[in-house]
Amino acid sequence: MPAGVSTLPAQAGAGLKPQHVDHVLRERPPLGFFEVHAENYMVAGGPFPRHLERVREHRALSLHGVALGLGGAAPLDRAHLDRLAGLIARFQPAAFSEHLAWSSHGGSFLNDLLPLPYEERTLARVCAHVQQAQEHLGCRLLLENPSTYFEFESSTLAEAQFLCEVVGRTGCGLLLDVNNAHVSCVNRGADAWTFIAALPLDAIGEIHLAGFARDTDAAGAPLLIDDHGRAVDAAVWALYRRVLERTGPVATLIEWDNAVPAWPVLRDEALKAQCVLDHCRAPAEGVCA
Amino acid sequence: MNAAFARALLDPHTPPPAGLRAWNGSDPARRFAVHRNNVVASLVDALTETFPVVQALVGEEFFRAMAAVFVRLQPPASPLLHGYGAGFAGFIETFAPAHGLPYLPDLARLEFARVASCHAADAVPLSAQSAAGALSCGERVGALRLVVHPAARWLASRHPVVSLWAAHQGEGELQQIDLSQPESALVVRPAHHVLVLRCDAGTTAFLDAAAQQRGLADCARAAMQAHAGFDLTATLSLLMAHGALSALTLPSESTP
Repeated sequence: MPAGVSTLPAQAGAGLKPQHVDHVLRERPPLGFFEVHAENYMVAGGPFPRHLERVREHRALSLHGVALGLGGAAPLDRAHLDRLAGLIARFQPAAFSEHLAWSSHGGSFLNDLLPLPYEERTLARVCAHVQQAQEHLGCRLLLENPSTYFEFESSTLAEAQFLCEVVGRTGCGLLLDVNNAHVSCVNRGADAWTFIAALPLDAIGEIHLAGFARDTDAAGAPLLIDDHGRAVDAAVWALYRRVLERTGPVATLIEWDNAVPAWPVLRDEALKAQCVLDHCRAPAEGVCA
Repeated sequence: MNAAFARALLDPHTPPPAGLRAWNGSDPARRFAVHRNNVVASLVDALTETFPVVQALVGEEFFRAMAAVFVRLQPPASPLLHGYGAGFAGFIETFAPAHGLPYLPDLARLEFARVASCHAADAVPLSAQSAAGALSCGERVGALRLVVHPAARWLASRHPVVSLWAAHQGEGELQQIDLSQPESALVVRPAHHVLVLRCDAGTTAFLDAAAQQRGLADCARAAMQAHAGFDLTATLSLLMAHGALSALTLPSESTP
């Protein structure tokens, strides 16, 4: 990958699901890129890498890791870094992204993006992990802001401040997940736009949009759950428009990983993002229904 | 911190780690439960994808309860979840509530074999022409070594696992399956498409011997012991027709 944080086209993209591959190859939808979870393609052979190669022939690729554990206390797994490097060499993605989170402990993989306290100690560790990953992979990575459900008493830095520091110290880019921003801010009683405006928006290489589920906490207050299982919420679309007014067009992914709908439903959601991108220089409410 | 966090995620009787807070002062346990649910539900979902017929046979509610017990006992050791569930069949054997369905563990083995086959390494299958060339080596034919294709898997069962699996793909009636009938399965991946084929116990014994790098004559003998009616020519044709072999060579050629 080149030296920039991302060479993804500033267009809408969709997550590539195995059940949609045939449709995608037949239809060649007017989307700028596809994104895959890196771990799903860490296989010896068979149809998955073969299909990805075929999609890659005519669309840019965003490689999205979910298990590197940049936010974890444990050292990064060198075998996992080697597997990521192998995928980057083979599929030449236009961007590689990972999460501000951890997911393994004591030899067990917990398959969730787990939160960390925001303190000087964890900041130093995350920066060291990001630097190590960037050196090992030979590219800058995009770091994604998490969905969180509670805070840590030991945190001394705000999440936006923490992300600014990581971006500033390591030169990594930012993957702004607008849904995560909305979910986390509702879950900590904060204003999402204030949070987003405090992020290093000039370092954005990609935006994620997704759906969330609604629950309530022990006091009956709203508790939003980032489930990637439905269409993007109106509040998230509104925040997204506001972000684009500030940044101009940015590569934007629709994530839909659970209760995955038929291909046309996912495609139309991505085309809605494309419509917002097309109009972001001259914002007009209600154009992209 | 991470240790207490991880322990509380997998053990519902362990309280959430200390030091969590909610903006409105509400009990953080309810919020921590989101992660607790994500971990178990997402891993149960992963098992659901690998074992759809096991789920169909026991029903969704039973399957999810059984899978959740497995997830807490044997969480994945790797983030490569395609390989998760290798121990599920063995776990089902020890899971008393499933003992009424003695065929369930082997069915899980068959379903795991399908996923393993799907993601196994690529290799050029043995062509009829190469096979014919190798077989024309005169008296040394019995010493020929078969290289099984990396995507081939096989299973000899005391239960009708292929019929049970096929009935859930719309082939045959579940009610008409003779549950006392042993069956053997061959899983192959010609043209990147995973197929489950019924075979005889001789074929699986033959493949067991081939995987141990025994000579062709030895493999055939092992197959004959397992199944008196074993037919070497028919078996080689079946295996080659479905890309289950990748080479047939004399030992001097195959071992550098």
